[in-house]
Amino acid sequence: MTGVAVCGLEVSLGGRRVLHGVDFAARPGEMAALCGPNGAGKSTLLRALAGLLVETPATEPRRVAYLEQGARCAWGLTVRQVAALGRIPHGDTAAAPVARALAACGIAALADARVDRISGGQARRAMLARAFATEPEVFLLDEPIADLDPAAAHAIMALLRATARAGRAVVVVLHALDLAMRYADRVAIMQAGRIVSDGPAAAALPAAACAFGLAYGVDPAPRLLPP
Amino acid sequence: MNGGVTTPGRLSAALGLLCAVLAGLSLLVGSAGAGLPGGAAGGLILWQIRLPRTALALLVGGGLGLSGAVLQGGLRNPLADPGLLGISGCAVLGAVLAFYWGAAQRFAPALPLAGLAGAGLGGALLLGFAGRAPSGPSLILAGVALSALAAALLALALTLAPNPFALAEITVWLMGSLEDRSLLHLALAAPPVLLGCAVLLGLGRGLDALSLGEATAASLGVPAARTLRLAALGTALAVGAGAAVAGGIGFVGLVVPHLLRPLLGQRPGALLAASLPAGAALLLAADLLVRLAPLALPLNQEPRLGVLTALLGAPFLVAIARRAAP
Repeated sequence: MTGVAVCGLEVSLGGRRVLHGVDFAARPGEMAALCGPNGAGKSTLLRALAGLLVETPATEPRRVAYLEQGARCAWGLTVRQVAALGRIPHGDTAAAPVARALAACGIAALADARVDRISGGQARRAMLARAFATEPEVFLLDEPIADLDPAAAHAIMALLRATARAGRAVVVVLHALDLAMRYADRVAIMQAGRIVSDGPAAAALPAAACAFGLAYGVDPAPRLLPP
Repeated sequence: MNGGVTTPGRLSAALGLLCAVLAGLSLLVGSAGAGLPGGAAGGLILWQIRLPRTALALLVGGGLGLSGAVLQGGLRNPLADPGLLGISGCAVLGAVLAFYWGAAQRFAPALPLAGLAGAGLGGALLLGFAGRAPSGPSLILAGVALSALAAALLALALTLAPNPFALAEITVWLMGSLEDRSLLHLALAAPPVLLGCAVLLGLGRGLDALSLGEATAASLGVPAARTLRLAALGTALAVGAGAAVAGGIGFVGLVVPHLLRPLLGQRPGALLAASLPAGAALLLAADLLVRLAPLALPLNQEPRLGVLTALLGAPFLVAIARRAAP
């Protein structure tokens, strides 16, 4: 078994059903985006894929890296120390994968800076570098570009696409539908605990507009519009 | 570059050396004055009085320093202190009850034994309160509940104290001291403290992972609940057994990690090895001060060790608060 998959997944949190019979899979070499309104169940699905809920079996930490939504570090570790935490599943402190991860995420210049003394976007890249340092087969990333400026967001999305092309499975929760449609191979739209559409990125717009309760237009480019 | 100015190994070695120097001094200082005790009783004083006191200061201080570093890391809170979990309160309560029922007057080892029993019961209650899968907040809440329970029962014992003598004994004991401890105290406290420290020293990786939150730690294969359970167990052993023989000594566990972070950086796991000798050296130095005070000041007896650590710790807390302010 490679990649990640769930089938007919039902999840209740605090007595409230938040996922209703969700089928979802990501294969190696594929980048899938999860989009949808707040509270649709995107983060819960990602946590389930990561094996963090009782409803799903635990995953192998060396194989699957999970980036929590709004992940932050409680202490003033250096950027390099944060990235090195990604080596915990391997039980080593190998410098080479950490250095590669820092370079890939464009944060190598700040390797010795404390994560509590750099910008939110820079800290986000340090957290992403932690996931890359694990060198996993599967990346599960919850809003990895939330604090990034537009140029950095494009750079990270291009990095994720290249990572998928190198044979990894990448699942990314995004709010920026335009970036999802431009970089992901597949876009799954979630609404009220269900996947209402899952297919090629180019075809995601109508389902997304329906889920968000917005209109959409395709001229001059595919985009959501006010209802 | 680890965010600090030295490495844990080097600092631990230096602190170990400091402990050795302080231990040498400690063996040379007593109520009889400075220097090796002479005369027929000299050997007895050295081995029966000064050695247990020195070794207990190292043990209790080391346990407090290491527990403080582990709890601050595990709870992701720079204000966490081993006393927060309520185990010391339970140990003190056990010892006080031994006073209360007069067991300590009839059978000397009853006091530390009752303290150990209190610590053990407190540890079991703490792990029970915190549940099967403790999280940081649930462990803190369980500790606060246990502290409140122990404090209420202590107050009850004080109110109902059979005579003023027992009340005075209890009050003095509550403040924490290493005065007049014997080799028996050392023999009772050493095994649980050392076992607790061994448990705590193994938690470095789990604490590092926890600095990114409980979900991320779980995804890295180091579940938070396991780390926190072991942290509570190790603290119960190391601090509970220490409090059972020394009474309630505060602030050492709180202060030690803050002293080490500027030197070693903020990674929680990097603090563990050095927090053991740092706590040991700090408490032994404080105990030396306590013993020297009557020689230098017009005091008719030693000030209590717990009183001195609190006197030193309170301004330190203010300094932390001022540095943390923007």
